[in-house]
Parts: sequence; structure tokens; C-alpha cells
Amino acid sequence: MADRFHVATRKGLFELVREHGTWQVADVQFLGDPVSAVLADADGTVYAALDLGHFGAKLWRRDPAGMWHELAAPVFPPKPADATDDPHPWSLGKIWVLEPGGVAERLWAGTMPGGLFRSDDGGQSWALVEALWRMPERRQWSGVAGGEQPGIDTVLIDPRNPGDIRIGVSTGGVWASADTGASWRNINRGMYAEYMPPERREEPIAQDVHRLARCGAYPEIVWCQHHNGVFRSEDAGATWHELMAIRPSKFGFAVAAHPRDPNTAWFVPAVKDERRIPVDGKVVVARTRDGGRSFEVLRKGLPQHHAYDLVWRHALAVDASGERLAFGSTSGGLWLSEDGGDSWTMPEARLPPIAAVRFAAT
Amino acid sequence: MPTVSFTRALERFLTAPTATVEGDTVGAALAAVFASRPALRGYVLDDQGTLRRHVAVYVNDRLVGDRVGLTDPVGPRDEIYVLQALSGG
Repeated sequence: MADRFHVATRKGLFELVREHGTWQVADVQFLGDPVSAVLADADGTVYAALDLGHFGAKLWRRDPAGMWHELAAPVFPPKPADATDDPHPWSLGKIWVLEPGGVAERLWAGTMPGGLFRSDDGGQSWALVEALWRMPERRQWSGVAGGEQPGIDTVLIDPRNPGDIRIGVSTGGVWASADTGASWRNINRGMYAEYMPPERREEPIAQDVHRLARCGAYPEIVWCQHHNGVFRSEDAGATWHELMAIRPSKFGFAVAAHPRDPNTAWFVPAVKDERRIPVDGKVVVARTRDGGRSFEVLRKGLPQHHAYDLVWRHALAVDASGERLAFGSTSGGLWLSEDGGDSWTMPEARLPPIAAVRFAAT
Repeated sequence: MPTVSFTRALERFLTAPTATVEGDTVGAALAAVFASRPALRGYVLDDQGTLRRHVAVYVNDRLVGDRVGLTDPVGPRDEIYVLQALSGG
């Protein structure tokens, strides 16, 4: 099990370590600065993306010896003259997700305004995946949270084939590449978008994929927390069926998939859509262990009175054992489970608003 | 030659000392600084080379007018200040 995880917050990066049975804040970096994404390798390397209000998106790496260095951040190429009508800026907004590429030194970065970037040298240099960015359909992606930039919120690499990639776009559906990003298809069928006009509600590109999570042992199994509900795919994101049994509500941002059990996943439901608070002011986790036919509502150790914590899409994590979970909230709440979600404890810390929680690879 | 100085808020991230450089526009003077300190560029300019939205640049006491082309003229005794705008953050 992972004895270490990171919490990316509005005011810094916090590292929590398990010692003598309790979790403690062991390290704080970038105190005061917004951290938008984090990735920790098994060898101790940590990547942290900063979203500086004045100075833009930055990327830092901690080497295994513990020293932090700034890396070159992804940069969009010069905007060509024929792109003046592009609705999205050709400039990095923020790094939303960092994922290992399945081969040595390869990383993927999903960003706002919807650029996917690849590094083959451990993050020292980055290249925009131009085949995706230059697809005409990409201009139909739309902003999240009321008209801002679209973002790539998920990058899934097939553990059997590092060239086989899925991305989730909010808002823009699920996209697949079988050739390490050289060509792309918008593959999702079966989702629906209540926020669209009736004749367009099933359009693949109109789907607001809040977050995707894949079962590592059964990569065909992918779960989705969508703006309008939760969905499951048994064919790596091509066709989806809605999990109607989710409770206490079907809205939310985060999902975590069990690394080995294809029938187990966790969600953190909230009141949709205009209000975005926990149902009845109670923080709960919804868990299915039967492929989504039924859900348990887990609440032991979680606040059940006047709790208004919202959990963003990267702020729920499960470790490689499938037993340890952690999630963090917009109110700085942070909870840990060591029993698959049956019970939760809160480390001794009141943190800033949490963007992402992630266990170190083991 | 004009001088270029930077907000001390940058010190947490990188070294940005005041520099005296060649250049008869804001863009040329900044480019001269970035030539010797390339990491600084991305803190001041966005990917398309325009001033970041929440960065303010003054020539002496005057806010620059051209935030895209950076064509505001500067003279040899002018001072360019790169500051945080009172927004964002």
C-alpha cells in the first residue's frame, strides 16, 4: 500500500506520510501558490504544476534526492494566421492533469484550453499534440464552469499498450488515439447532455466528461462521472451505459476505479448543478462493488452536519492496493480510508481549498 | 540604455535582477533581458509573446499602451518596470 500521498491546494503542495499508523503532513512546498496538478513516481520524483495568478502556469520537479527544479512548461506554438477565428487561446491556461506515459521518461499533460502535451524526457521539454489540437472539431469544445476554457481532465494510457490513449474533455467527450497521438477519434456513445437542446443532447462532442477512471487490471472497464450522471464502459470508453442506481445524487466531479476489481468504483456525489454542495449538507462517498447495479453510501467518519465540502475531479484517489483512498474538498477537508471506504479519518490539518489528491506510485 | 526592473514577487521563483540593455521599444528591451535569462520570459509573456493578463509594464510613470506588439518606444534614460497588475493572484 502507498504510505505517501500529495495534496495540491490553492495555497501550496502538501505531502502526507504514514508513520506509526497515523498520517502526518511531512512536507510543504510552494506555500501560498496555487498547485493545479501533481504526480509522484515510485522513485521519489514528484511533478507539481503551478497556476500562478500573475505569471502563468509553471512546472516543477523534485528529483529523488529531494531537490526541486523548475522545468520548461508546455507552450503552444505560434498561432497561425488562419486560426484567427479559433474560439480558444493558443496559450497555456493551466496544467490540469499529469500522467505517466507507460514508457521511461514519457509524460502527458492535459491542459486548459484543451491542449494535450507530451514529454519524452521526463518533463524537460514538451510538444503540443498537434494532430488533436488542429482537428476542426476541437474548436467545438466548450468551456467549463460557465464559459471558461475547455480542459482535458483525464489522460488514460492502456497499461498493455502505451500508444493506446483515451482523454476526457470537459466539455468535449471522450477521444481516443491508437497511435500515440498521431490521430484521434471522438468515440463516446451512450451519454446524454441535459444542458443541450433536445436534438443535440446525445452528440458525442457535447458531453461534459468531468472525470474518467480505468480499472488497471481490466483496462476495457472505464468509469465516468459526467455532468449529468455516472456511466460505465466495458469497451474502453466507446459505448457507455448510465448507472441509474447512484445515490444520493448523480451529479459530481470525481471518480476512482479499483485497480484490480472491475466492478468496484467510488464517487463523491453532490447536489447538481447550480448549487454544487453535498446533499443535505452531508459528505458521503458512493461505492459500487457490482459494476454499478447498486451503490452503498459510505459516511462513517465523514461530516454529517452542515458540511458544504465539494470535491473536485482530481481530488479523489485510490492507491494500488484498492484499500487506501483519500479525498479533499473545496473547504480544505481531507479524509482517508484504509478499508476501501468503509470508514474515514481526517489527518490533523486544515488545508486550503484542494484541487487534487494523489497517492505516490509504489 | 534603458533599464528594466522586475517585481520582487518573482524572487520566489527565479532570479530577476535589474538590467541595463539595448532596445528602443519595450519589446526589444524585454527581448534583450530574456536573451540572457530565458526562464524569465514565460513569467512576463504568454505563449504568443503578448504581456500576461495580470502583468503590468510601465515606462517611467506611464503604463504601456501596446500589450500585444510591445511597440511602446523607450529612450536611453527610460526605466521599464515589470510589475504585478492589481488583479488575479
